[in-house]
Amino acid sequence: MKKLSANQKILAGVAIAAAVALPLVTPDFRLFQASQVLIYAIAILGLNLLTGYNGQLSVGHGAFFAVGAYSAALLMNFAGFPYWTTIPAAALICLVVGLLFGLPALKLDGHYLALATFALALAVPQLLKYKAFSKWTGGAPGISIDKPPAPFEFDIFGRAFNADVWLYLFTLGITVLLFFCAWNLVRGRIGRTLVAIRDQPMAAQAMGVNTAIYKSLIFGVSALFTGVAGALNALTVQYLAPDSFHMFLSVFLLVGMVVGGMGAVPSALFGAVVIVFLPNIAGSISKSLPGAIYGVLLILLVYFMPKGIWGALDRLRQFRLPRHRDTGSS
Amino acid sequence: MGVAQGVSAPAPLVSVRGVTVRFGGILALDGITFDASEGDIVGLIGPNGAGKTTLFNCLSRLYVPTSGDIQFRGRSIMNMPRHSIAGLGIGRTFQNAALFDTLSVLDNVLVGSHHVTRSDFLSNALALPWVAREEKDIEARAIEKLRFMGLESYADQPAGGLPFPVKKRVELARALMSQPTLLLLDEPAAGLSHGEIETLSEQILRIRETEKVTILLVEHHMNLVMSISDQVVAIDFGKKIADGKPSDVQSDPAVIRAYLGEKI
Ligand SMILES: Nc1ncnc2c1ncn2[C@@H]1O[C@H](COP(=O)(O)OP(=O)(O)OP(=O)(O)O)[C@@H](O)[C@H]1O
Ligand SMILES: [Mg+2]
Repeated sequence: MKKLSANQKILAGVAIAAAVALPLVTPDFRLFQASQVLIYAIAILGLNLLTGYNGQLSVGHGAFFAVGAYSAALLMNFAGFPYWTTIPAAALICLVVGLLFGLPALKLDGHYLALATFALALAVPQLLKYKAFSKWTGGAPGISIDKPPAPFEFDIFGRAFNADVWLYLFTLGITVLLFFCAWNLVRGRIGRTLVAIRDQPMAAQAMGVNTAIYKSLIFGVSALFTGVAGALNALTVQYLAPDSFHMFLSVFLLVGMVVGGMGAVPSALFGAVVIVFLPNIAGSISKSLPGAIYGVLLILLVYFMPKGIWGALDRLRQFRLPRHRDTGSS
Repeated sequence: MGVAQGVSAPAPLVSVRGVTVRFGGILALDGITFDASEGDIVGLIGPNGAGKTTLFNCLSRLYVPTSGDIQFRGRSIMNMPRHSIAGLGIGRTFQNAALFDTLSVLDNVLVGSHHVTRSDFLSNALALPWVAREEKDIEARAIEKLRFMGLESYADQPAGGLPFPVKKRVELARALMSQPTLLLLDEPAAGLSHGEIETLSEQILRIRETEKVTILLVEHHMNLVMSISDQVVAIDFGKKIADGKPSDVQSDPAVIRAYLGEKI
């Protein structure tokens, strides 16, 4: 099992400490953006476990994000769940939905799986708008939920510890937990097996890997991550409408995964920063052609960092710390 | 089975019975029958396209024979799923070195321990203490295997970029990691120099000693096969043409004919 070096541990510790201290220096609306970054990072991480590590391409992960979000909202509005219990509940629901989708998806490879997930992404917003369900889903106009309150309120260094700060810290805590779990997964037996299946399925089977079980389980786990992100998003935004979960959401998650870097855990954070802030940057460059500018910026990112931002940072690190490599004559 | 008392030979570890494999119009294997006894090294020879790899693929259930049966320890494996073959004790290497290219050499070898390890999604995600212990154990074993194959210096390198002969050694280490009782080696000497073949043959003999393993060896290097095998089976166009002691098979007219023009 790969361990973090002392430097990496310090870096992770500093990053978490800085994130915890962020509310002290940040106004509420910036905290909202920071929460959005964390939420999309979790969703991208989920997609990366499935697509980056296991090689199953999903172009419809927005659907699981939507299921997580609506699960949280419905449980709060109709079943009286306290807001924080909706996170484990959404996790469980999305795990099951992911498994149920992953099982038949076993029969599909490559492009066909992509098509099936695409269909899912198309279907979910329509189902959410569907009249028969609108009693619960609110139909096209959507539904709102109550803002989760802070468990206690006080002032610290002149900063009010209010509901916004609490929501951000709540999101941060779950983000840290899920990144910890994902990192443990990928560096251990499960991660090796997922990559083995992606690289050489036949050899993996010959080593005793039940590829069908692993592929459907990771589909469930991936949906769990993305669904928890959806639930957190519902709590943060406090308003859901089917149109927030259209096909573009799935595409943005894919963009975040690729631009952040596939097959690494921390890369999801960078991917999330890009999908949260790149539209604003594009808009500030040109008011009339933000879409085109967005596209150009994406192409530039991918061109200069073919392995994503994380891949580029990793290369920089190896460049600065050249390791002795045995070229090895056999 | 009604075997005469006293002189009954030990039951074979593997028994291949009338295995036929057809790919469309091609008859890749045509009623192959032979036994391999526990602890033996059994060489499988035959010209290119004879069907040797196809036979290995049947043994690891990657291919389903059109007809025939394969028994391991007296039990048919024909209804077993692919992924339970490793647990049965059948390990293998691949002719084209099917490594997990993006994983490090160490991780490749660690995947070999898949069926003897238990760590599940939840315990792994939470990094429970027993998971860490299990990882430590198999890592120590994997490093042992790497050392045995002379691969320690490659441990952290991605397997994909290695020279082919090194890949073949990594594969052998990975197969050993699964603690097989039957080891299928598909052209382990491919691309090796004369001196390296010498080392390999010593390694194979030592593996047989220390791991108490039975070996099926597909090889084109006749010297290697003939010097370390206890039994040699020759195949040509999917049919068995000879089966016996290395010296007998080597001088068999049918084998010489099959290899006409090739040095044997
Ligand atoms: N998956 C497959 N589909 C179709 N034909 C196949 C397949 N696998 C093998 N064959 C054919 O079966 C025959 C036997 O091939 P096989 O690979 O078993 O030979 P081999 O004895 O291993 O040869 P070599 O020494 O070249 O490795 C060949 O004619 C080959 O083209
Ligand atoms: Mg072959």
